Amino acid sequence: MTKVTMTVNGKSVSGDVEGRTLLSSFLREDLRLTGTHIGCDTSQCGACVVHVNGEAIKACTMFAVEADGTEVGTIEGQANADGSLNVIQQAFQDHHGLQCGFCTPGMVMTAAALLKDNPKPSETEIREYLEGNICRCTGYHNIVKAIMAASGQDVSAIAAE
Amino acid sequence: MYAFDIERPASVADAVAALGAEDAQALGGGQTLIPTLKQRLAAPSRLVSLSGVTEMQGVASEAGNIRIGGATTHATVASQVGGTYPALADLAANIGDPAVRNRGTIGGSLANNDPAACYPAAALGSGATIITNKRQIAADDYFQGMFTTALEEGEIITAVSFPVPEKANYQKFVQPASRFALVGVFVAKYSDGVRVAVTGASNEGVHRWSAAEDALSAIFAADAIAGLSVAADDLISDLHGSADYRAHLVKVMTGRAVKAAS
Ligand SMILES: Cc1cc2nc3c(=O)[nH]c(=O)nc-3n(C[C@H](O)[C@H](O)[C@H](O)COP(=O)(O)OP(=O)(O)OC[C@H]3O[C@@H](n4cnc5c(N)ncnc54)[C@H](O)[C@@H]3O)c2cc1C
Ligand code: FES
Ligand code: FES
Repeated sequence: MTKVTMTVNGKSVSGDVEGRTLLSSFLREDLRLTGTHIGCDTSQCGACVVHVNGEAIKACTMFAVEADGTEVGTIEGQANADGSLNVIQQAFQDHHGLQCGFCTPGMVMTAAALLKDNPKPSETEIREYLEGNICRCTGYHNIVKAIMAASGQDVSAIAAE
Repeated sequence: MYAFDIERPASVADAVAALGAEDAQALGGGQTLIPTLKQRLAAPSRLVSLSGVTEMQGVASEAGNIRIGGATTHATVASQVGGTYPALADLAANIGDPAVRNRGTIGGSLANNDPAACYPAAALGSGATIITNKRQIAADDYFQGMFTTALEEGEIITAVSFPVPEKANYQKFVQPASRFALVGVFVAKYSDGVRVAVTGASNEGVHRWSAAEDALSAIFAADAIAGLSVAADDLISDLHGSADYRAHLVKVMTGRAVKAAS
């Protein structure tokens, strides 16, 4: 076992992990932060996307040991300080960017990473950035709309069907 | 996954020493190795993480070459190489998805030598030099068939040096489920000739298309390859595309790369 210490959603946490413990397992099973979802566990679906030092990564494809000393952000840290939904989360709700909600934590975390680097992305840029996030329900249009809206842009041009 | 320990050395020397242990294996970004471990297709007793080796990080230009540290992520290459070698930055920017690019490394990609990976096409198409802790290996000698390279046990890629061409381009026909290349072609024009490297197509892994190199070295225009054809004999045939289809794509992608080269 190796002791790891990291900052998760602004709070310092530590724990003992095996070499093979994934960051996703550490977050979900040790810290009980189950908002980070495991859709595939094979690096394909993006449901497990979290931020490590501000960058989007797949928590199912990084060892907890490698996150030692980093700042980790998960969906649980996204809401505003008063508990209300942040601008991206609210836009997902307003534009029906989710149905079953399984992919949503990864979608929101990926969207947050995109908007940090590119505050006003085009529709094409949004779709390309979401390449690694799979949604079985929405058909993506409303997710793209939500991200457009969250970045303060007009969404009327995006296909509705 | 079977159990293993992870070491996190800070220097190449310490990494090489740690890799001397029995059943030790290098860990780059883990974007290939972790899925492999989950399937229990590998059973190292110790992983040696290269992500903390600062001398293997980053990009530097030197006399007509660009040198990329072996542990540099695809995202860093995409954001830092554009001014010097735009075709290489574009290639890196289109590997997988943003989360894969934030972890996956050039050294890991070249060590793995997946027959559908992108970087092998850039390295072979540029005549790059693979720099390890022991020696320098010309790309022409480095790739030895799918998933096979000149690397020896415990040898790590510390950097890759690319001669910067006059013009180059990479055209990737994406296999949409895996996001790897169904067929990818890297074309690079140097003052002494043109190199064309093909990935995704062959059972032998990445390879050069010499007939196209000759034609394009004489006239660098998409029409120059119009009369050529690619034999389907050794090409991959799977549910995503037949060998004939891949043969056709090799030529189409080569033409597009020539047209787009800058
Ligand atoms: C969803 C998804 C999509 C992808 N799409 C693409 C794509 O479009 N194109 C593409 O090219 N790739 C793609 N990849 C693969 C990705 O580029 C990987 O990052 C890459 O193949 C391996 O790099 P890594 O740093 O993650 O290596 P790891 O997975 O850590 O290691 C891979 C192998 O290389 C060895 N190794 C690692 N670093 C070194 C080194 N410096 N020296 C010697 N040996 C080393 C390891 O021991 C292991 O055997 C994709 C991966 C995923 C998960
Ligand atoms: S659970 Fe990590 S990518 Fe699907
Ligand atoms: S809302 Fe169900 S998977 Fe996306």
